[in-house]
This record gives sequence, C-alpha cells and structure tokens, in this order.
Amino acid sequence: MLNFNGYKLSWSVLGWLFPLSLKFIHFSCLYKPHCPLFSRPYILFNSMFFSFLSVVVLCDCCNANAAVSEPAPAAEPVESTAAHSDVPEHAPYLLIGGGTASFAAARSIRARDPGARVLIVTEESELPYMRPPLSKELWFSDDPKATETLSFKQWNGKERSIYFQPPSFYVSPTDLAKVENGGVAVLTGRKVVHMDVRENKVKLSDGAEISYEKCLIATGGVPRNLQVIDRAGEEVMKRTTLFRKIEDFRSLEKISREVKSITIIGGGFLGSELACALGRRCKSKHSVIQMFPEKGNMGKVLPEYLSNWTTEKVRKEGVNIIMDAVVKNVSYKNDKLEIKLKDGRLIETDHVVAAVGLEPSVELAKSAGLEVDSDFGGYRVNAELQARSNIWVAGDAACFYDIKLGRRRVEHHDHAVVSGRLAGENMTGASKPYWHQSMFWSDLGPDVGYEAIGIVDSSLPTVGVFAKATAKDTPKAATEQSGTGIRSESETEAVAVTLKAETTAPPPPVQQKEDYGKGVVFYLRDNVVVGIVLWNVFNRMPIARKIIKDGEQHADLNEVAKLFNIHED
Amino acid sequence: LPLCLSLGKDRIIFVTKEDHEAPSNAELIEDDPNDPYEDHGLILPNGDINWNCPCLGGMASGPCGQQFKDAFSCFHYSKEEVKGSDCVENFRSMQECMQKYPELYPQEDDNDSAPSGGADNAPTASTSTDSLPTSSPDSTPAATENPAAS
Repeated sequence: MLNFNGYKLSWSVLGWLFPLSLKFIHFSCLYKPHCPLFSRPYILFNSMFFSFLSVVVLCDCCNANAAVSEPAPAAEPVESTAAHSDVPEHAPYLLIGGGTASFAAARSIRARDPGARVLIVTEESELPYMRPPLSKELWFSDDPKATETLSFKQWNGKERSIYFQPPSFYVSPTDLAKVENGGVAVLTGRKVVHMDVRENKVKLSDGAEISYEKCLIATGGVPRNLQVIDRAGEEVMKRTTLFRKIEDFRSLEKISREVKSITIIGGGFLGSELACALGRRCKSKHSVIQMFPEKGNMGKVLPEYLSNWTTEKVRKEGVNIIMDAVVKNVSYKNDKLEIKLKDGRLIETDHVVAAVGLEPSVELAKSAGLEVDSDFGGYRVNAELQARSNIWVAGDAACFYDIKLGRRRVEHHDHAVVSGRLAGENMTGASKPYWHQSMFWSDLGPDVGYEAIGIVDSSLPTVGVFAKATAKDTPKAATEQSGTGIRSESETEAVAVTLKAETTAPPPPVQQKEDYGKGVVFYLRDNVVVGIVLWNVFNRMPIARKIIKDGEQHADLNEVAKLFNIHED
Repeated sequence: LPLCLSLGKDRIIFVTKEDHEAPSNAELIEDDPNDPYEDHGLILPNGDINWNCPCLGGMASGPCGQQFKDAFSCFHYSKEEVKGSDCVENFRSMQECMQKYPELYPQEDDNDSAPSGGADNAPTASTSTDSLPTSSPDSTPAATENPAAS
C-alpha cells in the first residue's frame, strides 16, 4: 500500500450543501512515469463559498512527486523572439538553457521567492519540454496527430503534453520587469556566447547583454557523432540523425515512414529505446538494425546475463541486432549507405541514427573562467551545485559532488528535475547539498521495464535476486499466469550449469530461457550498495533510495532483497 | 533454499516466495525526522508550508502563484471554527486570477472527474492531518503494468 503523507484539510460543512459548486482544479507535475499514484491530486474548490477544500496527495515513491493528468494543451510553435529590443537588460534570476533542469529551477525559484522574475534563455525555438517521450511514448501513440501536437498517453491513460507548461504560463520577456507578481519568461532562439563573471552579465549571439544577480547554467549537451560519419561527407550526414530534440523526433518519424531500412548505432538507453520504437512500428514493412560494440543491449549498464536477456527482448520487438560491431567506415553508394565494420561485415541501410552519447555543452567555461571536469566532462561544481558565487549548474552539464556516491555527472531526466530543483533552492538561499538521490527508468518492449537508482555500472560486481516459481507451480501454469517462462527446479539447475559455460558462447535458442522476470540487482563498490536496478518490480523506489542513502555494508544481500517483496505485485 | 549462481563477478540468487517469507534481518539506519537535507512533504517539520513541494505542481509558481499562496496560507493558519472562513477575499482573488488562465487551471465539474469516494462521500468534519478521505483508484492499472504497453 502507498504510504500517504498527505495533508487533509477540513471539509467545510457548508460547502457540502452545495456540491454542484465544487470544482476540481487539476495541475501538473514534472512527469514521472511508473508513479503508482492511484488518486489524482487536485484542489477541490468551492466557488460559491470560496472555502478551500483541498486534498493534496503525496506519492511516497519519489518522495512527494505526484504524477498528474491535465488535458493536453496544443502548444503553439513559439516564434523566435527576433528583435534585439525585446531582450531585457536585467534579470534577477537568469537561467541559461531551456530544458528540464532549467524549468525545474524556475519552478523552484518561483515557489520560494515570491514575485521572482526569472528569465530563461534558450537556443531552441521551443518552450521547455521533457525528453523521455521523444524516444518512448510518442512513438506508441495511436493518435496520428501525436507528432504534431506532441501529446502522449501517460500510464494512467491520461493525455499529457511534452511541454511542461503551455504558452499562457509564461510572461513575455518584455513584460518580465513590470509584471506585478513576477513570473517566468523564455527568450527562445538565442544563445549565450559570453559570460562576464566579474560584472555579472552575459552576452547573446546577437550582441545583446543581460545582467543578472543569480545565474544557472543548464546548457545540457549535444549528441556525439562517430568520427567516421563526421568525415564521411554530406551525402552520409544528410542520411544521419543525431537524436535529442523535438525536431529530431519529427524528422526521424517522417523518415521512418519513407525509407525501407534504418540502422541505429549505439546500444545504450537511447539507441535501444529508439530501436524498439522503430522495430515495433515498422515490423513487417521495414528493417530495423541496431549495432554496437558491446555484447548486448545496455551492456554498460546491466550485468551480462541481464544484458543478454534484454537483447533477446529487443530482438522480439523486430530489431535485427548486430553486436561486437565497431564501425570502421560509412559511405554513400547507389543511393544507400554502406556501413563497414572492423571485422569486415558490410551493412547496407537507408538511414542511420547515431546514439553514441552526449557531449556536455561547456562553451561558457572559457569566458566565465569556470572549471571543466576532465574525468566526466561538464562544469565542475560542489555538492551544492555551485560553480562560483552566484553561479550554479544543473542537469546534464553539471559534474557535481555527491556526498554519498562521490563526484559524478548524470544524464537522466529525473536528475535534471532533482538537480534543477536543488539549484533553484540554493539560488534562493537554501544551501543544501545534493541529497535526494535521483532515479531513472527504461522500458524496452512489453517485458522489460526497470527503474534504477545510483551508480549502475556493469563493470561493478553485482548481486541479483530474482523471483523463482515454487516446485508446486507447473511451468505451464506459471507461464499462463504471469506471462513469464519460469521453469521447474530441476530444469533450472540444468540451465544454471549451462549458464556458467555460456559467458562467451551465444546462448542456444530454446534452452537458455532462464527467466529473469522480476527481481532486484545490487551494484557494489567496496561491499557497499551504490546502485540498484528494480527489474520489472515497481513502486519500490523509496526502499532502494534508503539503502543507498544508508551506505551500509550488508552481510547478506538476500536479506536486503527481502525488503523489496519481489514476489508481490 | 535459494538457488545461487556465480557468473564471474556477478552473483545471481533465485528465490521462491517461501524463501522470502521470513522477515528480513537487514538493518536500516533510523531516519532523522529533522534532517535539514531531506525533502519534506507539503508541511515542514516546523509547521510551515513547503511551497516547493513537487506535489503542488506548478500551483505556487504560475501566474496565480501569489494568490494561491496567500489563499492557502490563510487557510492553513486559520483558527476559525469553519477553517478558512476568514480567507474569503484571498480565495476570491485566487479564483479571479485562475479564471484568466483556463488553460493552466482547468476547472472540471465534480461529476466528470471525481475520484470515487471524493465528493460523493458523506462529509466528515475533521481537522486531523492523517489519512485521506478519498482515494480508491478510479481507473488504475496494476502497479506492475508497464507504462510503455499501450
């Protein structure tokens, strides 16, 4: 059961006499899927007596993040505010970058500083939006207009836009200084090219200058490309997608309807999600290929046995997987792309998607005199996300000190939310370190859904605890009931022996099916759990977060695994 | 007994429901309720409202954020017998503001959207801060349902 830490206000007796005047005002949070929120938070407002009946529900799974539904507003394309004159000369709170971390910071600042005037400056022509649906939900939508409206169905069936807020939420940049209670303004299509830390001001690409009191750098990053593609010439580049933004999604979506074969290079989160999305969509008509140097999907994240299992599932989504693939050369021949691998294999395809990592954007480091981290990339900041007085960094571009897990840089949506929020708190005087551990998730087809937290690096020793059927269950019954292929005990042991030998050879097709249907995987560093993957078990994030926070050495991880109740739904 | 395997540095344990029946003996450190670093819910340990609570969504930060804060604050600290009855002006202000932004503060009638057990329940005049009056799910998939499945 959920642990409600809710706040119940009293029910005005008078209000109940006029139930028709009750109105529900729904509101939205920063999207978090897998949230087991069974009640939609809302404010119950009696417009007749103006008595405020409110039930605000907190979801314990992410420590009070509530997933909500809101009718999806169709976001109108925002014209780049072109003229010089609409740039405010001064912004008390200047946020460089218009992504998730920036928006989370804006919300945090506004919540804590009444009347705050916040200016977001973004290179993109879009208002702040969330990225995860671009490689997930938007591809599964039944709605033919989804590509245009960028609305998707949440897990609870409700429609939601990828934009955090519709245009009416924001104040125009020109009004920002004057509007009575302050607000958030977004200056789109503008890049900050220079930062003067001594004078507390920045310069834009068009020469305009903005002075600030507090500044957040949330510039994210740009997709990396393979050197061989970069040097391959225009015809190859024209047929290559580097995927990150809305325009990349729209472009790839269109291409997926037009070409016969698409090849994804990269076996991590983005590559695998796109492969599954395209595989599912294009099953009979097109060929979807995914290639990567590792031995299996998510090879750098999941231990080998789980990575192998995942790879099988991705195959089932209609993806042709080529592992141990190192791209040596890509060329344009006879209206097709030819990919040559180091081992000599040749793959012909119409279009390539390169999902080979993110390069954090640190162009302001030089002019601002800010330190860039040589190990992880990104701006180096302290535990409170501060680079220097009055300058904070959050999101993908921040290399920060995590008191529990050490210095790191995290490229996940929830981290952008958590760090953006924290930066906003600290910009308004909080002085709090990074403490609430962010999580991440991935869904690859109907059988593979996992949530994870902490340092989830497959090079670390791991202990995985998985649910197994009892001797009483027949394999058939278990299969029918749960949809997984759980075998009987003797078969399991036979398979176990096979598993040991299988670390190098590819698994024989039918026999290998030891099933990792549900379980929890602990990642260890010096015998301390630093990362946890919840494999097809949901709503257990708070306990995972707690174990990492404690940072204790546990003698028996099976005992720790018991805390997760993996056998229950 | 649990079945254990070892694949190099990775250990795997398969457990049945019976294997996990006995309560865990793993020790967890007791949480400090006054930890200044922890995120708190809607109400802080000192009784103040946490405007930055994610549960409030954008309510405290939007165009009507100030009005919302004033109304909710007034309500929260109201000592009247009918709590909040001294806050009419604040609520009126808030309502006026929200009506200017119907896209941001969509108002639905309770017939359309009440979760079961909400407006339909018999009222209980209570000022306790524990369990909630509503909340059986109206349209809820099982917790394990994969959100990607459509």
